[in-house]
Formats: sequence, structure tokens, C-alpha cells
Amino acid sequence: MEPVTTTSYIVLGIALFLLLNSAALAVYSERRVAAFIQNRIGPNRVGPMGLLQPIADVLKLILKEDVTPIQGNKTIHAIAPIIPVVTALMTVAVIPFGEGLYVTDINAGVLYLLAVASLGVYGVTLAGWSSNSKYSLLGGLRAAAQMVSYELPMGMAIASCILFTGSLSMLDVAGAQEYWWNFFRNPIGAVIFIVASFAEANRTPFDLVEAEQELVGGFHTEYSSMKFGMFYLAEYMHVVIASMLITTFFFGSYHLPFAGYWLPEMSVTAKAVLDVSVFTLKTVFWAFVFIWVRWTVPRFKYNQVMKLGWEQMLPISILNFIGLAAIVYAWYHFI
Amino acid sequence: MDYLHDLYAFLPGIITAIAGLIAILIDSYKDDHDGIFGLTVIALFAGLVIAVMDMFGPVGEAFSGMITYGGTAAFGSAVVLFGALFSVLISREYLMAIDHNFGEIYALVLFATSGMLGLASANNLVMVFLGLETMSICLYVLAGTVKNQKMGAEAALKYFLLGAFSTGFLLYGMALIYGATGSFDLYQIAQAASGDLLFVAGGGLILVGFFFKVAAVPFHMWTPDVYQGTPTTLTAYMATASKSATFVAFILILSRMLPAGAADWSSVLTVIAILTMVLGNIIALVQDNVKRMLAYSSVAHAGYLLVGLAADTPEGYSAVLYYLLVYTLMNVGAFGIVAFYERQQGLDFTDINNYAGLGFKRPAMGVMFSIFLFSLAGIPPLAGFVGKYQVFAAAINADMLGLAIIGVLASAASVYYYLRPMVYMYMREPHKDLPLVQPGWLFKASILILTLLTIYFGIAPGGLSDLLASYYSGEWIVQIAP
Amino acid sequence: MITYIFIFLALLAIASALAMVINKNTVNSALFLVLNLVSVAGIYLLLEAQFLAVIQIIVYAGAIMVLFLFVIMLLNIDAEESLFDKFRIKYFVAFLLAIAVLSQILYSLGNFSNMLPQISSEMAEIGTVEAVGDVLFTDFLLPFEMTGILLTAAIVGALLLAQHKIKPGSNND
Repeated sequence: MEPVTTTSYIVLGIALFLLLNSAALAVYSERRVAAFIQNRIGPNRVGPMGLLQPIADVLKLILKEDVTPIQGNKTIHAIAPIIPVVTALMTVAVIPFGEGLYVTDINAGVLYLLAVASLGVYGVTLAGWSSNSKYSLLGGLRAAAQMVSYELPMGMAIASCILFTGSLSMLDVAGAQEYWWNFFRNPIGAVIFIVASFAEANRTPFDLVEAEQELVGGFHTEYSSMKFGMFYLAEYMHVVIASMLITTFFFGSYHLPFAGYWLPEMSVTAKAVLDVSVFTLKTVFWAFVFIWVRWTVPRFKYNQVMKLGWEQMLPISILNFIGLAAIVYAWYHFI
Repeated sequence: MDYLHDLYAFLPGIITAIAGLIAILIDSYKDDHDGIFGLTVIALFAGLVIAVMDMFGPVGEAFSGMITYGGTAAFGSAVVLFGALFSVLISREYLMAIDHNFGEIYALVLFATSGMLGLASANNLVMVFLGLETMSICLYVLAGTVKNQKMGAEAALKYFLLGAFSTGFLLYGMALIYGATGSFDLYQIAQAASGDLLFVAGGGLILVGFFFKVAAVPFHMWTPDVYQGTPTTLTAYMATASKSATFVAFILILSRMLPAGAADWSSVLTVIAILTMVLGNIIALVQDNVKRMLAYSSVAHAGYLLVGLAADTPEGYSAVLYYLLVYTLMNVGAFGIVAFYERQQGLDFTDINNYAGLGFKRPAMGVMFSIFLFSLAGIPPLAGFVGKYQVFAAAINADMLGLAIIGVLASAASVYYYLRPMVYMYMREPHKDLPLVQPGWLFKASILILTLLTIYFGIAPGGLSDLLASYYSGEWIVQIAP
Repeated sequence: MITYIFIFLALLAIASALAMVINKNTVNSALFLVLNLVSVAGIYLLLEAQFLAVIQIIVYAGAIMVLFLFVIMLLNIDAEESLFDKFRIKYFVAFLLAIAVLSQILYSLGNFSNMLPQISSEMAEIGTVEAVGDVLFTDFLLPFEMTGILLTAAIVGALLLAQHKIKPGSNND
């Protein structure tokens, strides 16, 4: 690979900076898009076009009184909101933003992603338990069961991508899609991964965790002030991260479609700018899809969620994996 | 690597494992219990035929030295499959009678059997562990099959907790041995073995783990409760097949992995053997429950088997193998008949008092029960006598006269409790006139075959003994300087 | 630097293990166990065993402990009485035994004075996914398949024990 210049690092820095603030942006865009879909205006008072609304929200949250349930477990109640934020940020470490633009490369990067995602369950579960409230507990348990269930089809979908890559490093996953995106090679896997991402992020139509009619606010019923804010931010971070993962695994990462066939040679800096822009645009698109789905698709029932996960997605993802493995084997050995 | 050759070397295990998987699928889609039963019997029988053929075949290693085939391993596999096959054959009617004829039970028996086959042919500590665990986990569940009785839940929980505990010992020992020698392969461990503390401690912990699994005193506490709470025919399976597999693995480990130079393993085994024989027999004397009596008797039999291991000679090992077959024959038969009596409604037929007068009601059953009990007691000319004779003869030839004498005395004491059920059956008046149910032809035929084999191996042990002895001729044991 | 990280992780592992045993609250104990598992995974990373480290987190911290927590939360187990409330001869004997085992381990490990091994590039190779996968499907093929059977049997067994209904197909229902 060509040497990465200082300019590239600046581009990377900007990308990461945007990422850290993406949660705030996502909150704003969710409200605007929701308003757009529901034929309203949405927040437009704070700053130009209402762009400073997230800052106002955060300020409001910080200034509010922090209430802790007196019968709950105070330590765990305080620790719980930190966990989803930390795991969301940890994920970014292995995602490449462009050619040579990445934070770190782990030999088992894909497994690292799964490991970190699996730790995220603790935040929700512990928040539900430590609040010492029925609504919270049920919400937390629902969330944990749902996340554990959907990790399996998600893992199988990722595994079916790895068949084309032959490596668990995220750089190789991105690099292998220069000519053909994984979406074209593995469409079933892509659909499964996208659905599972929605479930993992606890977004509609899988937001059983905070089904208002049944559970008030679900696991964060007893949270207030900035602790609630952290859950709120973590949710949008997960949306952004999930969009990035969908992009990286199935939609060519930072590559344009079939880029290897037609994209001319470029200077390092130009390539870096192009890569980051392409990656960011795709991520923004998928984040938009997340919001879009939320305001158009109604919520499942809980038994439907479980049934979909275990009886449909898991067998399909396993069969998809086995079928693709056979095809890849035949491709390399007989053709 | 020649995979077909490897597959053939472990064919019985592969057949049983695949049959288990098919059994689960049949159970979940069709709920066809007769089909599952037939599949189980066919798979076990096919495995038995292959294992018996292997007994006369060449000896070697397969799967990169993970398992051995032929010789000891083949004979062990054959005994395990034999025990499993006959336990399953006598199980069906009994399980239907107690309303627990689930397809999963057969699947679990098949999985457990494939684990036992892995254990009985293991040539690597990894396989020892996996085989033992596959077997144990299935047995924990089988012990708790009857959930609506307190006894079943108690049996399963006790078995599970103590079993997990003993697995801890075993694993810890394996870890220490790996630390001392840097290998899991039995031969390589023996090559790298030395008398240092790490190795000896590891070997000792592995022995403790095995003592737990074969129910040697003082690690026998779980046996009576578990044997009592488990459905009787599954107890037969538990008592015979699992004990045989564990003892064969014990032989493999002792003869290949733990060189005599490193530590005095033989005297450890001697002490445990004496304790097991004496305590097992003494406690069995006072049992009023037939299943508990048989449980303690199986503890005592573990003691006799340990005598053969303590001898640490080719003769001792081949005697143990012979004893395992005999023990399987007798115990499956005895438990099978207890299971038959238990099928009568109205009285608790594990209580010895309720055996009064039963001997004349179904004379054939009574006679066959007597034959099994006589054989367990070691009365000539039945198979049990030959087994005991060979084991004690091996001990005497290895200059362990004291051990042999204690064994013979303990064995003489055991005659009392083996004769007790017979006394009740033939010399007491029945309390209540109960008509006995008619057993099915499959059950009768299986018990009859077991009886005939018990008599046959008592009269003509020669051919099999010679075959077993031939496994240990030549360079069978690893000699290492300490 | 590596040494300091090791000391930090080792202390964390030991402290969390102790805290897990001593803590009265079962949920706290479970969480300390998670912390313990994660810090041990960190030690694996220091030894360049990346695959093992990640799998440790996915399997133990991510899957098994979540189920543990589930059960503890649903059962709502009360805080146990402390181990150290009253003196019993049993505890004293157990303590002595523990000391004996510990000294045996220390004695056995006494030869290895270097705290961290020098990791050569060959050793680092062993910890990668490729190396583990390679060995798993060649030398350890049979144990690998056997593990599959073991886990299947465990699941079938758990379901058999957990089912409450008497199944259709048996005689009297």
C-alpha cells in the first residue's frame, strides 16, 4: 500500500470527529425526518434550521435533577449507562474509513466486533435490573433476550461474507469488495444482516425494549438527567455504527460499485478524500433508512420477534452460509 | 491424511453419533418412537459387529494419534456397545410402563455411547476428557428423566454436582500434566515424564477423577442415590457401559501414560482397591432396596477391577478386560429383571420384602435372576467366577498376595447379600397375590441371551482370554527411567 | 510498558476473582466474574493469543454470563450470609487445604522466574485465527466433531429436563 500522508490523517481526524458528533446529528435528523414523514416542520428554532437543537437538548439534560431509585442498586445504576456508550465507541477502532485510513488492524477484527457487540447487552440488562422496577426489569430482559437471539443470525451473515474474504481482518473485508460488493455476491446475507442490525440496535420494528404501551420507557424508565442522556446518545451511536457495519460488510465499504474496473489511479490525498466521502455518504444513507423504517413500520409483538429470529432468520442464515461455502469451494476447485 | 481409513477406525462411534442426530430429527418431526427404537438398536448392533471384527484386526492410531483402534480399544468398544445394546433392548417395555418412553432418551443413549467409544479408544487426554464429558452429560440427564418423582431429581442433581466436581479434578490434573510434559498425547507424555512434583500431582489428580467416575471408595457417595433414582434399565446402562468405558480408558492411561518409574501408582491403586472392596461389600450387606444393593455391589466390583489394575501386569490388564465383559453381562441381566418386577403396579418392587414368593410365579425369570446373582457372587461355573479368578490370579502373580486374600474374603462376604433376594423369592410366603405382567418377546429373548452368555463365558473362557492376553504381548507398556 | 499492563491486568483479575467470591450480592458477584473474564482475556492478548482473547469475551462474557445474570435476576436471589460471620472448623480445614494447593502451585511454578515470556514471531503465529483453524480441522478434527456431539447432547438433555408436559406418544395421556 502507498504511504499515507499527513493529509490523509487530517481527513481521518475529521471523519472521527464527525463520528463522535454523529449521535447529536442523528438525533437532529431523526426529529427532522420524522417531522417530514408526518408532514410537520420539526425543531427549527435553535440556531439556523434548528441545527443547534441537540446542544440545547444536552444542556437541558445536564441541568435536570438526577433521580436515583432509592431501593435500587446505586452503583450499578450509575455504571449501566456508560457501558453502551463505551462499547459503541470501541467498535469504531477496527472500521476502515478509506484505503490505509483506519485506527487499528486486528487479526481477528470481525470477531472483535462481535465480542464488543455482545458486551453491549450488559448495559441494558443491568439498567433494567438495578432500577428495581418491574417495567425496567422486563424491558432489560426483553432487550437481552432479543440481542442474544439476533447475534446468531448476524454472526452467520458475517461468516458468509468472510467466505469471500478469507480473512477476519476488517481491512481485508473492505479490500475484497473493490470489484464486487458483498451485496451482489451474498444478497440473502445482506438482508439478514440488515434486519439483525435493526434488532441489535433495538430500533423499530424491534423496539420491544421500550414499548410505551406495555413498559412505559422500558429499561430506562427510572433514568433521568444525563444518565438518561447517555442511553439516548448510545442508541443513536448504535444506529450510526450499525450503518457503518452494513456499509463495510455488504456495501463495498469505501469502494464505489465495481470501482476496480473503472476507477482511474489517483493521488493519495485525492483517494483519501474520495474514500471518506463515499464511506460517509453510504453511512448517512443507511442511517436515513434506520430513521425511515422507524416512522413507517409498526412494532412487532414479542413472540413474533423471537419466532422471526430463531425459526426463520437463523435457519436461513445457516443454509445461506452452507450454500455459499459449497459454491465458493466449487469455484476455487473446479472452475 | 487418509480420512477414509480414519473414519473406518472410529466407525462405531460415528455410526452411533449420526444415529443419535437422526433420532432427534425423527423425534422433532414425526414423533415416531418405534422408528427411533429400531434405529437405535440397528445402529448399536452395527457398531457392535464392527467392533467385534476390529478385535481380531490390526492395532494402530487414527485421527493424528487422537484414538487407537484394534486391541484394547476394540474390545472396550465392543463391551460398551454390548452393554448399550442390551440396555436399550430391555428398556423399551420398562420405559413404556413408567410412561417415559421419550425419543430423546434413545438419542441421549446414542450420544453417550459415542462418547464412551471415544473414551474407550482415546489415545490423547483431549479425547479422554471429551469422551468422558459427552458420556457424563448424557448420563446426568438420563438420571433425571423421571422428573415427577423426588428421587429422580435428587439423583440427577447429585450426579451432576459430584460429576462436575470430579471433572474439575480431572481437568486440573490434565493441565498440570500438560504443564509438566508439554503434550496431550499419551505416549509423548510417557516419553517426557519424570518424577517431578508437577507430573506426579497431575497424575494423582487424574486418578482421583477416574476414581470418582468408577465409583471407588471414598469417591462412591453418589452411586447408591443415583442408581436408585434412575429408571432401572438406564441404571443398567449407567452401571455397565459407562463403567466399562471408564475402566478401559483407565487401562489405556495407566499402561501408556503413567510410567511406573515416576511414582508408585500401583500402591495407590492397591489401597483404593482394598477400601472399595471392603466397604462396598460391607455396606451392601445391610441394604433392603434391591437397586441400592446392586449399586453397592457395583462399587464392590469396581474394587475387584482395581485389583487387576493394581497388579500392573499384562495379565492384570487382560483380566480386567475380561471382567468388564462378564460384569456387563451379569449386571444388565440383573437390572433387567429388577426392571421387570418393577413394572408390576401396586407395590414398590425395589424393596426386597416384596420379592417374597415371586420365584414361583414366573419360574424362568426367577431362575435367570438367580443365575445372575450367583454369577455376581462369583460362584462357579458361572462367568463371574472366571472373572474374579483371573483378577485375583493376576494379583497373586504380581506378588500381591495380601490384596488377593482381602479380595477373596470380601467376595465371600458378598455371597450373603446376593443370596438374600433368592431367599425371599423362594423361601418366603408372598404378602399379596399379584398377577405378574407378561413380558414381551424382545425382553425375554434379551434376558435369555444374557443368561446363556453368562453360563457360556463361565464354562469356556479360554478363547476370549487368549485373545485378550495377546493384546498385551510384546512391547505393550512404556518403560521409562525415572 | 507491557510488564506494567500485565501487572495491572493480573491484579485486576485476582482482585475481581476475590471480590466475586467474597461479595454477598449475587449480581455483583456475576459482574465481578465478567470483569475477571475480561481481564484474563487481556492477559491472553498480551501473550499474542488474539483469537483466544476474543473468543473468551464472545463466549464467556458475552453469552454465558448474560444467561447467568438472566437467571439471577429472574430468581431474585437474596443476599447470602457472609462467609466470615462465624468460625467453623470446616472453613479452617478448607483454608489450610487451599494454602497447601497454592504453595504447591507456587513451588511448581518457582522455576519460571521471568514474569512474561519472550514472544517470538512463531509464537505469535500460533495465536492467530488461521493457525487455530488449521489445527482444529486437521489434528484436532475428531475432538472438534466430538465437541459438536457433546453440545448437541447437552442441549437435548437440557430441553428434556426442562419440558414439563408429558409428551404425546407415550401410553396414558
